[in-house]
Amino acid sequence: MNRRSLARALPVTPALVLLLLFLAGPIAYCAYIAFTDLQLTGQAESSFVGFENFRTAFQDEEFLNAVWLTLVFTVVSSLIGQNTLGLALAALMQRASKPVRTLTGGIVITAWVLPEVVAGFLLYAFFRKEGTLNALLDLLHLPSQNWLFTLPILAVSFANVWRGTAFSMLVYTAALGEIPKEITEAAEVDGAGGWRRMWHITLPMIRRSIGTNLMLNTLQTLSVFGLIWVMTRGGPGDKSQTLPLFMYEQAFQNSMIGYGTAVALLLLLVGSVFSVVYMRLLRTEV
Amino acid sequence: MAATHLADRRRNRRLAADAGLLAVAAAFVLPLAWVVLSALDPHADLRVKAPDGITLENFDAILTSDITFTPLLNSLILCGGATLLTVVCAALAAYPLSRFSSRLNRPFLLSILFATSLPITAIMVPVYALFVQVDLIDTLQGTILFFAASQLPFAIWLMKNFMDGVPKELEEAAWTDGAGSLQSLTRIVLPLMGPGVAVVTVFSFVMMWGNFFVPFMLLLTPDQMPASVSINEFFGNRGMVAYGQLAAFSIVYSTPVILLYVLIARRLGGGFALGGAVKG
Repeated sequence: MNRRSLARALPVTPALVLLLLFLAGPIAYCAYIAFTDLQLTGQAESSFVGFENFRTAFQDEEFLNAVWLTLVFTVVSSLIGQNTLGLALAALMQRASKPVRTLTGGIVITAWVLPEVVAGFLLYAFFRKEGTLNALLDLLHLPSQNWLFTLPILAVSFANVWRGTAFSMLVYTAALGEIPKEITEAAEVDGAGGWRRMWHITLPMIRRSIGTNLMLNTLQTLSVFGLIWVMTRGGPGDKSQTLPLFMYEQAFQNSMIGYGTAVALLLLLVGSVFSVVYMRLLRTEV
Repeated sequence: MAATHLADRRRNRRLAADAGLLAVAAAFVLPLAWVVLSALDPHADLRVKAPDGITLENFDAILTSDITFTPLLNSLILCGGATLLTVVCAALAAYPLSRFSSRLNRPFLLSILFATSLPITAIMVPVYALFVQVDLIDTLQGTILFFAASQLPFAIWLMKNFMDGVPKELEEAAWTDGAGSLQSLTRIVLPLMGPGVAVVTVFSFVMMWGNFFVPFMLLLTPDQMPASVSINEFFGNRGMVAYGQLAAFSIVYSTPVILLYVLIARRLGGGFALGGAVKG
């Protein structure tokens, strides 16, 4: 590289240093201590244990439980919940009257903008035995129950839908807005009903946005910690302990940093796969 | 005939869409109604109900330096400092990426894009272990640096896209007058992309203000805790009984980010900022 291009690249340095030290560094360190038996409590040395942590993980029922719950949490709250509800809201908004559109958009976006911990409290109150959901069910003479104890993973999944739908809604509102009106109108004049238009015209035209949105939702959902921590602490027992909470518990309550990091590395790998797929999707778009 | 039929169908469809949206809005508004009503209720509990009279006692009780002002100030220092660092670094880094072509641009941008979608939660355990080793644990500066680094990929990505929108010709005059890169960045490019800089700033700040896990892991001393963590302690110790106070605190803590969001949403028109970010 000649001097001129070196001078030109100079402004990148501060960002590069920060990224290397505080992002790439920890990732490399993560990949290293995942293969050691590093512990939290005072012990100075740790030794290399190879794939021991991973072997332990795949024989650990609590880990497998956490994997399963993470899968349920992701599928229910991100793939089904946020994505479908967000698309439905965006589609309805195209047809609805302005005041209703503004009101609904405002409410859904407020839920999204609230700090994670606050959202956690609000939904904790909503799902508690004495909370609003049961009050409503009583009103309708439907059986009420202690949601945070009987179905904690569903309660936190719904909480994540409440908190995250706005993102999908905004993505799909933008995507639907880009479909030329003539196309849907032509189909309408030809007598295609709402569902058929949705299925044969709208969905194929926004498929890239769907891909992008699913990836980003999934990545976001995989790293949810605060919301679940506030609502259930992963409990009762480990009934809502998704991978991030399991990782935290292993590293800090059980002092097994090495093991916790091995779990973190697996999470990171899953995240990377999604991330690469996401980049591919973007590339076809750009 | 066919035209009125179509118009009729459209009206019905609008009514159906309105009804559908209102149903969703009603479900979504319940938790929000709870926090507002409970904050004003002298005897708040966990369900949405009309308050037993309106009171500001709950706000009175929490507006002390211990419960509210210190944590909010901590949040401000932490998130303000990290946002400043993020925006400055992102603007500097975006400039050569946007203005000069180099073989390294593409790999750098791809790595940045890759990093934007990594689950930061997953690296917090190693970051903790690393911070213990290098004595950055429980320090504001360490947390600020990590916050900035974790927000940087997205900030650079956004900033570069906004910067691409400023025509290069405007700078060329300045270059012939002998202005350096830094001068043309601060005097010409940044002022022209004011809304873009605002979006990056507000977005970074809002993300950090609401972030719980990072300070929860990296800070230990209660006096240094930002509101996102202290509110959780408060909830654990007192909130279980004092729901009204918890609600009041939640409102005080959430208001700044809601106002900031409204500010940029107004200025840029709805989902624009986000749409641009997602599409890349």
